[in-house]
Amino acid sequence: MAAITLIEAVNLAMAHEMAVDDSVVLLGEDVGANGGVFRATDGLQAKFGKERVIDTPLAESMIAGVSIGMAAQGMKPVAEIQFMGFIFPAVDQIICHAARMRHRTRGRINLPMVIRAPFGGGIHAPEHHSESTEAIFAHIPGLKVVIPSNPSRAYGLMLAAMRDPDPVIFLEPKRVYRIEKHEIEDNGEEYPLGVCFVDREGTDITLISWGAMLHETKQAAEQLAKEGISAEVIDVATVNPLDIDTILESVEKTGRACIVQEAPKAGALGSEIAAEIAEKGVMNLLAPIGRVSGYDTVMPYYRLEKQYMPKVEHIVEEAKRIVEYR
Amino acid sequence: MTTVAKFEINYLQYMDETGTFVSKELPPEFAQDIDTLKGLYRDMCLIRVLDQKAYALQRTGKMGTYPAATGQEAIGVGFGSAMNKEDVLVPYYRGQASMIQHGVRMEEVLLYWGGDERGCDYQDAKEDFPIAVPIATQLLHAAGVAKAMQMRGEKRCVFTEIGEGGTSEGDFYEALNVAGIWNLGVVFVINNNQWAISVPSEIQTNCETYAQKAIAAGIECIQVDGNDIVAVKAAAEKAAEKARNGGGPTVIECISLRLCDHTTADDATRYRPDGELDEGWTKEPILRLRRYLESKKAWSEEDETKMTEELTQEVQTAVDNYLNTPVDEPQAMFDSLYAELPERTLAQRELAIARGAK
Repeated sequence: MAAITLIEAVNLAMAHEMAVDDSVVLLGEDVGANGGVFRATDGLQAKFGKERVIDTPLAESMIAGVSIGMAAQGMKPVAEIQFMGFIFPAVDQIICHAARMRHRTRGRINLPMVIRAPFGGGIHAPEHHSESTEAIFAHIPGLKVVIPSNPSRAYGLMLAAMRDPDPVIFLEPKRVYRIEKHEIEDNGEEYPLGVCFVDREGTDITLISWGAMLHETKQAAEQLAKEGISAEVIDVATVNPLDIDTILESVEKTGRACIVQEAPKAGALGSEIAAEIAEKGVMNLLAPIGRVSGYDTVMPYYRLEKQYMPKVEHIVEEAKRIVEYR
Repeated sequence: MTTVAKFEINYLQYMDETGTFVSKELPPEFAQDIDTLKGLYRDMCLIRVLDQKAYALQRTGKMGTYPAATGQEAIGVGFGSAMNKEDVLVPYYRGQASMIQHGVRMEEVLLYWGGDERGCDYQDAKEDFPIAVPIATQLLHAAGVAKAMQMRGEKRCVFTEIGEGGTSEGDFYEALNVAGIWNLGVVFVINNNQWAISVPSEIQTNCETYAQKAIAAGIECIQVDGNDIVAVKAAAEKAAEKARNGGGPTVIECISLRLCDHTTADDATRYRPDGELDEGWTKEPILRLRRYLESKKAWSEEDETKMTEELTQEVQTAVDNYLNTPVDEPQAMFDSLYAELPERTLAQRELAIARGAK
């Protein structure tokens, strides 16, 4: 058992599933000899051959569309979109076909496929490489959208994504690709999709986050603890379908909620979570719901990137404001 | 300067508008069998009767928007009849001719355009794709299906159809490109009916032919007379045989003319030049094959009357089956969304049931 990073965990999960399931096929730009620009598929072509780790032409709609065709035939394509900022040519295929094929054929054609994409800011990348647009896909019925926050979860959720009978968008927070290592046993055990994880128990406030921002959120919880505030931390992990019950149960206990997201604030996943809490849990609230998020603006190029990103102190500040609300 | 590559586009026509075999080449074997030609004639007539009936249904409020294929029957019937049962069809929205030819039931086509997704749950053509409404997207699905077949070493092929307007889409070029590189067993049929709703070819492309778009993808291509079912079927059979045996993709451009509106929601008199329809009706595929059959004393007015009665009855049975299909329960909005409906959506399903069918 080795300590591995989030991206190595994605690699390990794919290698595991390819070894036990011949129908799993990887495809994407530079996934072969190069092992992906972030090395998610490192070594997999050497291990499983060019037939199963396929370097595609440079065309994202094609990657998604071909995956749909393969999945309809019972293959399990795992496609890589190199950066989420390049997923938009494929959105027609994902939304108009992948998400609704089972529905519109009344279950006759199913699409067991995964589309992976690194996303989010914080690594001084070129323009169009740093946005957090998960809400676009979280809005689409028929898709599952999964965002791992750490290596263990990346391994378990990736396995579940590949075994799921429906299309899964698997968004990898690239800022935390290599930020920490977990001891992971390659035992093929998956984590459930559609379930939130309670990462830290607390009694005063519920901090709700996902992906890279969970790291700041957990640090904020540490700091709050030092100041005598007990924060519960929830990793949403699957942003579609949303496990709202776990969130509501936590808020019932703490009476306070703060949502932390890297994405712009308006019309985002945090808005949906806040609305659900307001709809179903408002009588349990001791204070208004808070949100810490990116700004409602274009993701800045990297010189201003730091100023855009929500930080630990912002979360601490907002959590204290909520807890101290009278 | 030296020439590094040279290309040419071949055109295939066996039978002209008078119903005469004009090609210097010997007609393909199937065309020498009069019963086969009679069968193709009947299949084309069936599509025309179906389209007329669907139009009538729409005009009387019993059908949604419907795209007829009047004048293009030879294309779908022609390539559809070149397909084996185990081949896969990935149709476009005006694809009823090839769909029915490949085993999709008429009542499924009607049910679909009648606003019910159950029309995509084909009972016989189990692996065929439902109609793709977003233009050109289906060509990539065809490439993916062919990739799966190739990886499994299967001797099957995939047919997909697209209008000439659809060849302006990025997905068209992406599909041809990948099919060429991966040597996929796909036959791309371009149904060039000369109109993309109201836009004619001179606004659609600067190419002399649509077939030549294949050249940039390194794919073999041919242009055929889409009103000549012998040419369409011959080209499709050849391409299919090649595709099933690892020979890779082919693009077949079939030139025809849309003798109807784009859909029931369209009015082509707004843009179609005077005289075009009159001329088009002299070249259409059904008439020319009938002329040929008559010239061979293989078809009579009595045959025509008898067949038309039979086809009308056949279509009416499908129409009755469609009209007698009750509206689905409200929960059908949810029941095939995922393999397992998420907890959260379950409550909405219950709500839809509680609100009932009103």
